Amino acid sequence: MGLTESVSNRRQLPAGLSGVSVVVAVLVYLVVDLAVKLTGTTVLAFGFHVIGGSLSVGSLLSMVIDGLLVGLAVGLAGIGLSMTYSILDFANFAHGDTVTAGAFLGWVAAYVVAGLGSGAAFADLFLFDTGQQLSVISAFLPVLIGLVVAGGGTVGVVLLVDRLTYRPMRGSDNISLLIASIGVALALRYLIAFVFGTQTSGVASSGARLQLIPGLAVTDNEIALLVVSVGLMLGVHLLLQRTKLGKAMRAMADNEDLARVTGIPTERVIRLTWVLGGALAGIGGYLLVLESGTISFNFGWILLLLIFAAVIVGGIGSIYGAMAGGVLIGLVDSLALIWLPSGLTRAAAFAVLIAVLLLNPSGLFSGVSTA
Amino acid sequence: MSTAHDVWDRLETLPDYGLVALFILAIWLLLSLFAALVGGPQAPNLAAGFVSSVTVLIGAFALLTLALNLQWGYTGLFNIGVAGFMAVGAYTTAILTAPTNPAAGAVPGLGLPLGIGLLGGMVMAAIVGALAALPALRLRADYLAIVTVALSEIIRLFVNWNGVAQLAVAGVEFGTGGATGISFTSPSGIVAGVVNGPFSPLVAAAESLGVSGPNVVNFVYGLTLLALVVASYWVLSRLVNSPFGRVLKAIREDEQVTQSLGKDTRLFKIKAFMIGCALMGLAGALFRGSAGYISPAQFRPGITFYVFAALIIGGSGSNTGSILGAATFSALLFYLPARLGEFFPNIGGQAPGNVVDAVAALGALDVSPLVAYTIANISTLRFVLIGVVLIYIIQRRPLGLLGHRNEPAASVDLRRPAAADGGEPRDARRASSARGSDGGGDDE
Amino acid sequence: MSEPEAVGAAVGADSDVPTTSDAIDAPLLEVDGLRKEFGGVTAVDGASFRVAPGSFTGLIGPNGAGKSTTFNCITGIHEPTGGTVRFDGQDVTGLAPFTLAQQGLVRTFQIARELSEMTVLENVMLAPPGQTGESALRAVLPGLRKQVREAERDIVEDAWETLEFFQIDHLAHENAGSLSGGQRKLLEMARVLSTDPEMVLLDEPLAGVNPTLEEKLLDRIDELRRDGLTFLLVEHDMDIIMRHCEHIIVMHQGQVLAEGDAETIQSDERVLEAYLGGDV
Repeated sequence: MGLTESVSNRRQLPAGLSGVSVVVAVLVYLVVDLAVKLTGTTVLAFGFHVIGGSLSVGSLLSMVIDGLLVGLAVGLAGIGLSMTYSILDFANFAHGDTVTAGAFLGWVAAYVVAGLGSGAAFADLFLFDTGQQLSVISAFLPVLIGLVVAGGGTVGVVLLVDRLTYRPMRGSDNISLLIASIGVALALRYLIAFVFGTQTSGVASSGARLQLIPGLAVTDNEIALLVVSVGLMLGVHLLLQRTKLGKAMRAMADNEDLARVTGIPTERVIRLTWVLGGALAGIGGYLLVLESGTISFNFGWILLLLIFAAVIVGGIGSIYGAMAGGVLIGLVDSLALIWLPSGLTRAAAFAVLIAVLLLNPSGLFSGVSTA
Repeated sequence: MSTAHDVWDRLETLPDYGLVALFILAIWLLLSLFAALVGGPQAPNLAAGFVSSVTVLIGAFALLTLALNLQWGYTGLFNIGVAGFMAVGAYTTAILTAPTNPAAGAVPGLGLPLGIGLLGGMVMAAIVGALAALPALRLRADYLAIVTVALSEIIRLFVNWNGVAQLAVAGVEFGTGGATGISFTSPSGIVAGVVNGPFSPLVAAAESLGVSGPNVVNFVYGLTLLALVVASYWVLSRLVNSPFGRVLKAIREDEQVTQSLGKDTRLFKIKAFMIGCALMGLAGALFRGSAGYISPAQFRPGITFYVFAALIIGGSGSNTGSILGAATFSALLFYLPARLGEFFPNIGGQAPGNVVDAVAALGALDVSPLVAYTIANISTLRFVLIGVVLIYIIQRRPLGLLGHRNEPAASVDLRRPAAADGGEPRDARRASSARGSDGGGDDE
Repeated sequence: MSEPEAVGAAVGADSDVPTTSDAIDAPLLEVDGLRKEFGGVTAVDGASFRVAPGSFTGLIGPNGAGKSTTFNCITGIHEPTGGTVRFDGQDVTGLAPFTLAQQGLVRTFQIARELSEMTVLENVMLAPPGQTGESALRAVLPGLRKQVREAERDIVEDAWETLEFFQIDHLAHENAGSLSGGQRKLLEMARVLSTDPEMVLLDEPLAGVNPTLEEKLLDRIDELRRDGLTFLLVEHDMDIIMRHCEHIIVMHQGQVLAEGDAETIQSDERVLEAYLGGDV
């Protein structure tokens, strides 16, 4: 954050050190406990459960895969949030609802295409009322078309929102922009509710399963999520490394002081930020619905804090950080089940978010140059 | 729009309590007129229902907005975890006041009187606020925002967890009730007891006019909340119109400068945060828990943004503005649109069940299905309206209704003291004049 | 000859004015081997000097010499990478700004940091230390609030006097953000002097201030010195420094290059070279 950090930040070092050592101690305990659990042994002392338990390799792998998949989609969605945070310099609280918008656009397209010629009323198709559940295997083309629409449609949405809301405020302080984004979030979410209703609809389910090892299987939808996420992240990586615009974005993200010194980012860079971020957010939302099978008007809003966690853990402005942060948070959210009851696993991810903000707000991957 | 400006300027010359009273009376009048319009023979009771419900809303949101104004408007602490502190207050009150041997299946509590429960709720909310504040207040505003909303969600997930639904500690049984929630002494029930007891003649009189008893109780409950708002306003005014308030404003402006002038800003921030959280805890118990029942689902983060909208509409930094903003928001943006949707007469037939059919009719140049659909779903659209209003205000009128007011933070008159021409020192007032010459003016 | 010149001349070339810091015993401020690094840049590289109580010391040096960073390190804005700072005999290295201010060490900022949404009067009334109304309880409780109000009346009076002296009293009810550059500098000074300090670090306080007022301010500084205040001044206006400061410290490239009275400094070739851009 440069030379103008607030005074109190330098006071954080002593507290930071003890905080970090606590976190490290907890992590060490968890890793050891995991290892002991895998062997199926339990260590007791004075009647208290000290360490260990039981955990099958299959369950562990299944949790890892779940966390990885959700984390990839969240990371994908988080790239956009990270970029707007760094280049437009505000926390975009409408990002979750952007994800929802993309998911709805994509799934309506997929559903309508899948239902063409089936004789179903358009209204039923539009509102996911036919009871049909799509999967990659059974409806490859509709799902693919939906994916493209999700990406492209969200680009339209975010560009429109920028034109109406943020562009008239270009240069405002970041809290005003944050508050404006809250307004956008409300407006977007309830427009979607107005059009689609507030119910949860089932739109996808797995078409085929692939058995990996006994007790562990992946579905076609999950494989699709993996392939698309990794593919897109690779694509973004190539964009950043091989194109001129990508280099400009990296420069702005890597060196915030430089970005500040060189002045307000050009409208072109801003537009690219929205386009790239919006497309990835929409696709991320689409994939999340593909994996979970259900869609509702506020699922993106519910996920927003998780996406923030991914972005902050990874380091604001770092695109690679968002990807890595997403995977990390996804794994935390999923693996927490080993130690915490299911009602509290989400709280674990939020606790990680708070810990990172308190101990090292620039994130785990900050300062890692992408040049 | 200059006539609107003129009217507003005129209104602003009223003393603050007059302005607020006028606002609320205008809202009551508006709702009563609406009831008269759509209620038919039921109009009096409908009006009573509207007025009493909106009064409760105004009271609750005013408490929350005043609290957030102290934290954000005065001290610059961006707290969007309001729902979490409401939950702490509400659940503490619930646990303290739930009956010790309740009906079967219900969660027991400590059975203490409601007054103690509410006090305990406020104290607990303040303590949780302090614990959150200690590490987090040094964060910049948007990071603090994220931490507070994350904390708010952790609190909600915690009270939702069935692991703490029912516990026994040292022989005392209590719990949060988990996802199913917890019942406790109903605040509005206590008000009902007072109204139906000594004041039953009034209730009878109201009923003769067609107004139901429960509506009378609800109205009195709303007035009780408004009384609490007045009390909070009194305390907060004194708090901020003082050197303490001066330091808070300075912290919001530039914390480093404030520290360079010798103020321990951390302490001030923690105090302001705690006081705000205590008030949020009270609102949580009396608003969400007015009927004597709360559950985790009532404490989702969304309400924070409504309180923010109210604060910004009223003008952050002004306590009177906070109350006006809360009144405007809860009545005009939150309550009235939903009632419009319920009571507006259907235009020529049933509203279509979904938007596709409504839009499809446009092809035949028939707008009425779309209009009917819109009206039927106004309850959803009002949140779109709230979002748009928020955007509009932050773009065009960021000072809201009263934010432009210059309210210097001091406990005394700030006009130039008379005879301040460096003449005779006023004896009793010259506390610190160790420096020989009086160093002043150009009248040597 | 006007008073400040008399002061400068009387204290100037005299032999009992120390020309190097080491000769000052019982200094009020003592900086020893101060170092500050930002990433790869060393802004202050082993600066050492002392300031005598009641003195008017000037700190000069070409741009980039490290003067502002030294100020920031002394006053707690930055934590030094190395070295010590002692104030009034106590080690205050790296303490928080509010602690130092409470001990009597305050500073003005080079770019005036007025609290723009607060009035000029509020700005000045913020400064006095130990205001009884800064306690939340006292501000609210009925009996105690009365005491708060009485104390505030004194503060209001003092604040008006201060504003009148600095000739910005006509702006008392204006938001500080609407002041001109020079007026903001005056507000900075008014505010910092209202903290009842022991030592004031002034970071280019006179830029944009008209000459008549400038003289008046320097007069005031001398008065305050007679009352025991100590001043350390960073200024680019050499005239002021040479005429008013009895002790001058020259910094260059993060270190103390030379020290002494005006004559000594003006005749030091190294100082001249440093200002002309050469390495010494």
